[in-house]
Amino acid sequence: MDNQLFTVTVFTENQVGLLNQISIIFTRRSLNIESLSVSPSSINGIHKFTITCFSNRPMMERVVKQIEKRIDVLKSFLYTDDEIVYQEVALYKVPTPELLDDRTVEEIIRRHNARILEITREYVIIEKTGHSDETESLFDELKKYDIRQFVRSGRVAVTKSPEEYLTMYLEEQEQRLRNS
Amino acid sequence: MKEMISGSDALIQSLICEGVDMVFGYPGGSIMPVYDRLFDYQDRLKHILVRHEQGATHAAQGYARVTGHTGVVIVTSGPAATNVITGISDALMDSTPMVVVTGQVATPFLGFDAFQETDVVGITQPITKWSYQIRRAEDVAWAVARAFYIASTGRPGPVVLDITKDAQVGMTEFDYKKCSYIRSYNPMPEIREEDVRRVADMINESERPMILSGHGVMISGAESELAELAEKSDIPVAVTLLGLSTMPSDHPLYKGMLGMHGNIGPNINTNRADLIVAVGMRFDDRITGNVKTYAKNAKIVHIDIDASEFDKNILTDATIHGDARLALLRLLPLIGPRKRPQWLEMFDTPEQIEREKVIEHELHPDGQKMTMGEVVAKVSEATGHKSIVVTDVGQNQMLTARYSRFAEPRSIVTSGGLGTMGFGLPAAIGAKMGCPERTVCFFTGDGGLQMTIQELGTIMEYGTAVKIILLNNNFLGNVRQWQALFFNGRFSQTPLVNPDFIMIANAYGIKAENVETRDKLDEAIHRMLDYDGPYLLNVNIDETDMVFPMTPAGSNVDFVMLNSTDVYPID
Repeated sequence: MDNQLFTVTVFTENQVGLLNQISIIFTRRSLNIESLSVSPSSINGIHKFTITCFSNRPMMERVVKQIEKRIDVLKSFLYTDDEIVYQEVALYKVPTPELLDDRTVEEIIRRHNARILEITREYVIIEKTGHSDETESLFDELKKYDIRQFVRSGRVAVTKSPEEYLTMYLEEQEQRLRNS
Repeated sequence: MKEMISGSDALIQSLICEGVDMVFGYPGGSIMPVYDRLFDYQDRLKHILVRHEQGATHAAQGYARVTGHTGVVIVTSGPAATNVITGISDALMDSTPMVVVTGQVATPFLGFDAFQETDVVGITQPITKWSYQIRRAEDVAWAVARAFYIASTGRPGPVVLDITKDAQVGMTEFDYKKCSYIRSYNPMPEIREEDVRRVADMINESERPMILSGHGVMISGAESELAELAEKSDIPVAVTLLGLSTMPSDHPLYKGMLGMHGNIGPNINTNRADLIVAVGMRFDDRITGNVKTYAKNAKIVHIDIDASEFDKNILTDATIHGDARLALLRLLPLIGPRKRPQWLEMFDTPEQIEREKVIEHELHPDGQKMTMGEVVAKVSEATGHKSIVVTDVGQNQMLTARYSRFAEPRSIVTSGGLGTMGFGLPAAIGAKMGCPERTVCFFTGDGGLQMTIQELGTIMEYGTAVKIILLNNNFLGNVRQWQALFFNGRFSQTPLVNPDFIMIANAYGIKAENVETRDKLDEAIHRMLDYDGPYLLNVNIDETDMVFPMTPAGSNVDFVMLNSTDVYPID
């Protein structure tokens, strides 16, 4: 089974300990989490995890079911890159003298559609949003200026599908409450 | 203004509101406020003092498995909390409803490596349905209500409530509301009509269907619906280890147990069937053997309340997600009557060969010493096949499963998924306390018994009338068997130098006798069963006896060893 990069999204109630409950599901199956981001979702009280992981589909489908089995998990979804719009942000800290000595800096910033967040005598902070190959490519180009720090965020993603499955799920659960 | 009570009172009153009348536990520093309050509730809540916290969990499991009610454990923090890990893990594997309350150091000490502090929630998250730390008295009622709802509904399982000492002594108003809804947790999924129709069609169209009945049938109380489905469509039924007693052993469509040491017919015919209908079971590797060749001629229907079991080990062709009993009730009207004499006949030859080549040898051995199978069969006969059968783990377990017969449902208590040696003795205590009107026969080995032998003290204290049949071969028999078959007979660390079990039992005030020879067995069994109280039979078992048939781990399900040299079918 060929491995590919999957994006798992998880919507949870605002309860303690969920990050551990979710991450151990990966650990137990020797799966490395490539990136992880957690934040409140658009719905009050519901948190969203976005996790990327290299594996095969049958394994990832099992993982998603195991995640959904956790009591305080509302819903978990599995996506490949073509099903989502996704983004990352990267920050680069580069020494100012090296950067100024080189006349190509403007061209690099423009070509990569990056921006400069801060300039001091000692360093410059550059920010770039994009897919990881894009942030990677800027990293490669800035390498010659002796990058002091580089950090990349986890992936954030929204679906391309017109259906909002979480909303539908929440409506079903409201119905279940009314029927109970 | 409403009356204020302590968190400890709130805990105990919450348990009483959930209908709990018995808890298994052991006191200690970080749970003392609760034990102090328990003193005043003795008329309403019976506390069973075990001799080790692991024993409390297995006793609660035994209690839960025979009653269907949630077993409750109360222990202190630190080492007590780590001692309950085995039982919690066992309860998760075997879908047993259990609420474990662990004491915890007071909130200000959390994270400072305080005396007897351990990260209970962190340790237990992977092995529970839910694990929660109660840090305030006012959260007690909410957490207990949620714990019982989660433990007992859907696919049952263990829940841990870690209650800090300040939450135990803090004051709160108390107004108990049972939990019946959690937005993110639907324990009773609605069964989809199209799934039911699809499965009904598959059953009606099949020529050689086989039903695999698991623990889920027992949990949902679907025994009669399962029999009805089998009878209507003339379908042979095989059971998993935990599915034993979901169909009476003398039912004509009952074809025996599946798995590594199961009956030959259902194992061989798994690969001849054209439809497998799995109800409340999870295709454990001890059932399937090699998954690549398992049931390769069959379509797979999987009925389960836990959707994460679908396509986990075996890929399915159709599923019904829901309660087993409700699913079967929906299926039944759509099933047409059928007769399948030719298919059922295909179980006759393997059954006959198993009787001649395996069972006969086990029940009527040539040697002086006894076999486990003959002892189990005689005890089963003497109880009219009506007792609750509890096992430990190993050869004693497999041979008890093979040679016990079952006339009544909910009659097996065994550690299936985790395979916990030492499970049996405390589980038998819990089973007897849960069903005092039934006879409880506990079959064990000399290894497993000694792993939790301290619980003889619990039997002594409460006079729990457990019948202990010690199948004693002075060996770790199951490991010995694998060493004999697969490790060139090198018996590394398996012979046991044992104590005088009669003296040990007597020291605990438990009546006990040795059964050295076969001619003494029948009378001894009757003395044990007739005696009004706990009893131990120490039976002299032939250590060379092995459990057969056997499908070695990872082999194809239809590769069956009849003994150490012959493989089925033989000419």
